[in-house]
Amino acid sequence: MKRFYWLLAAVLLGGLAWIWIGSKSRGTGTEWVAETKVPESKADSQFTGYVMGSDTAPVEVVEYADFECPICAAWGSVQFPVIKQQLIATGKVRWRLRDFPLPPTTHLWSRLSAHAVACASEQGKAWEMIDALFAHHRMWSQRPENPEKLFRGWAQDLVGLDMATYDACMASGRYRGRIQYSREEGEARPVRGTPTFFVNGREWTLRDVSSDAFQHVVDSILAPRRRR
Amino acid sequence: MRHRQAIALLALVGLLVSLYLWLHAIGVIAELKCGTGSCEVVQSSSYARVAGVPVAFFGVVGYLVLFVTALVGLQPSFLPKRSLSVLLAALATGGLLFTGYLTYLEAFVIHAWCRWCLGSAGIVAVIWVVAVAGWRADLPVSPPSPRTGP
Repeated sequence: MKRFYWLLAAVLLGGLAWIWIGSKSRGTGTEWVAETKVPESKADSQFTGYVMGSDTAPVEVVEYADFECPICAAWGSVQFPVIKQQLIATGKVRWRLRDFPLPPTTHLWSRLSAHAVACASEQGKAWEMIDALFAHHRMWSQRPENPEKLFRGWAQDLVGLDMATYDACMASGRYRGRIQYSREEGEARPVRGTPTFFVNGREWTLRDVSSDAFQHVVDSILAPRRRR
Repeated sequence: MRHRQAIALLALVGLLVSLYLWLHAIGVIAELKCGTGSCEVVQSSSYARVAGVPVAFFGVVGYLVLFVTALVGLQPSFLPKRSLSVLLAALATGGLLFTGYLTYLEAFVIHAWCRWCLGSAGIVAVIWVVAVAGWRADLPVSPPSPRTGP
């Protein structure tokens, strides 16, 4: 019986020691939070965003978005599926999504989420990763905990990425320059907040954030063409 | 006695696993060591809390109750008491049902697996088997029926 209590004590002490060691190891993620200047390459400036839709679509919408921005997430989850169905799938609109990470003072994980999407795009699944980020937005956005593991879980379980490639991509941070370039390019247009839309090059001021409003804008552009 | 010892030992291991998950849920442990699983997905889901209380806390309480009950049952004055075996089997059944529900959520609702949760489910399942075996072993032996000749 005495041996049994010694065994219990050993298990208890071993377990508590293991938990104590676990409490000391903290995820960093600081490289993603800092708004540091990242050297940009020529390839960074050649990337013009994630594109959905036909090359011959008469209307191009460029959206500057931050994946941690709540309005971008609401837009992406509620309105964008309708736009995709009614305007993009019908060949009227080509959508181009560009990164515009907001400052880490309010959006800690903007650059990390943008990088996760960039790594998914290597495997042709950027839009699927964006959907996953927006669908679970409240689980990770504007929270202090580093969501890198969450993103990895969704990349694996929901998006179906090859995880060795994804992990290597995230560890390399190779798209940080590209994300920074996109931000600077947006600032030059100028983009003041997210989401900001440019419809055939002209900024579309958001008063009514809805797919219906977009439908009207696109129709108003296409109407003169139909008359010809 | 062996049954109660096994339950105490398993409940202690389960208690440590639940404690680890609970400390993560309240922010004391920043990162779960999860390997290839999706612990963060499960732990951050809306199902990870019941009325604002982390599910892992219920695990801590449940395992603690099992552990203490098993230890009490090992005391000489309680060893012959069958009621302790019945109580352990009842507690283990409650734990098994709760764990079964959580595992169902992982499989069919959250679509992600947390290896610590699965480990805990395995521990509860073994505790249940041992507790039921202990309860059956304590059942009073009925006297053999008298033979009736032709």
